[in-house]
Amino acid sequence: MIHEALSQYNYIVSSTLFLIGLYTMITRRNLLKKIIGLNIMDTSVFLFFISMGSVEGGRAPIVIPGAEDVVYVNPLPQALILTAIVVAVSVTAFALALTIRLYEDYGTLDADRIRELRERGT
Amino acid sequence: MRRKMIGLTLLLLVGYVLAGLVMEMPPVGSPDAPAYTRTIPRYLSRSVEDTGAMNIVASIILDYRAYDTLGEATVLFTAALAILAVTGGDEE
Amino acid sequence: MTEDIIVKTSARLMTPFIQMFGLYVIFHGHLTPGGGFQGGAIIGASMILLAVVYGLEEGEKRLGHDASTVLESSTLFYALIGLIGIAAGYSFLANRVAGIPVGTPGALFSGGAIFAINIVVGLKVASTGKTLFYALSREERP
Repeated sequence: MIHEALSQYNYIVSSTLFLIGLYTMITRRNLLKKIIGLNIMDTSVFLFFISMGSVEGGRAPIVIPGAEDVVYVNPLPQALILTAIVVAVSVTAFALALTIRLYEDYGTLDADRIRELRERGT
Repeated sequence: MRRKMIGLTLLLLVGYVLAGLVMEMPPVGSPDAPAYTRTIPRYLSRSVEDTGAMNIVASIILDYRAYDTLGEATVLFTAALAILAVTGGDEE
Repeated sequence: MTEDIIVKTSARLMTPFIQMFGLYVIFHGHLTPGGGFQGGAIIGASMILLAVVYGLEEGEKRLGHDASTVLESSTLFYALIGLIGIAAGYSFLANRVAGIPVGTPGALFSGGAIFAINIVVGLKVASTGKTLFYALSREERP
């Protein structure tokens, strides 16, 4: 059991990071802290994918001309995560823009307070 | 307080599912993982011949899966557009 | 903005080297780790550094709004490169099979469409980074 858990070390760390981000997003009322939680979740997914692609003794996937018997790590997760990072940056920037607008209109970053103000119609 | 209870319940639920899934994964760094043995050998052995690029990641994102990257560039473009629309752009 | 002479001088001295490194990462994207996205992010960061140190107006002079609008549309050039594949009778974004010269693997000018797309994507990411920073950092809005 312990041995099995140790061999999955990276996956366990990334799951923990995912849970931390999820908990931050649910329990914090400050919109900026929610965005930070979203970014922690993003990072945990990147870590998960990149560890999935690792191979013991593998080299970075840059072809060495003429070399035989070189073990390369899995290049596909790296390519997918490159895409995911760009999407995460876009989502974060858009969330920040919306937060700036909300702060200008309501003068607070508290999600509950913003909902209250909306219902009062001010 | 209620929010914390909901958070903890969800945390336990998701954590249980994740722990179960993680234990089923092949060990980190195993060369026999299905993710490494199905399509990857073809990328590793043919990509220089197919695309002329030494960087296999570049040959995947810009040749084999270039359509995906086009969508990604569109996402960046749309995000910039949406943010300019939300923040009021350059008028003033 | 800031009047600190150390910050201003070091930012002015560093910026050309940062941008040169970004261009290196873009142009060698098919040979070494890196590529359009990474190099574009480096160049965008250098422009953000200028804007942070010298103020938003001064940064705007280095890369004007019109220029960054043009660079922003480079998604279009990406699609145009993809159309070469269709024009040659193959699929969208086809590279070697569509007759684009691939060159000797390992040379700087190799990789066919990969080389061109890296440059296009690098310009796009750099200008997007700058645009996002400017859109989010306007100081006074009505």
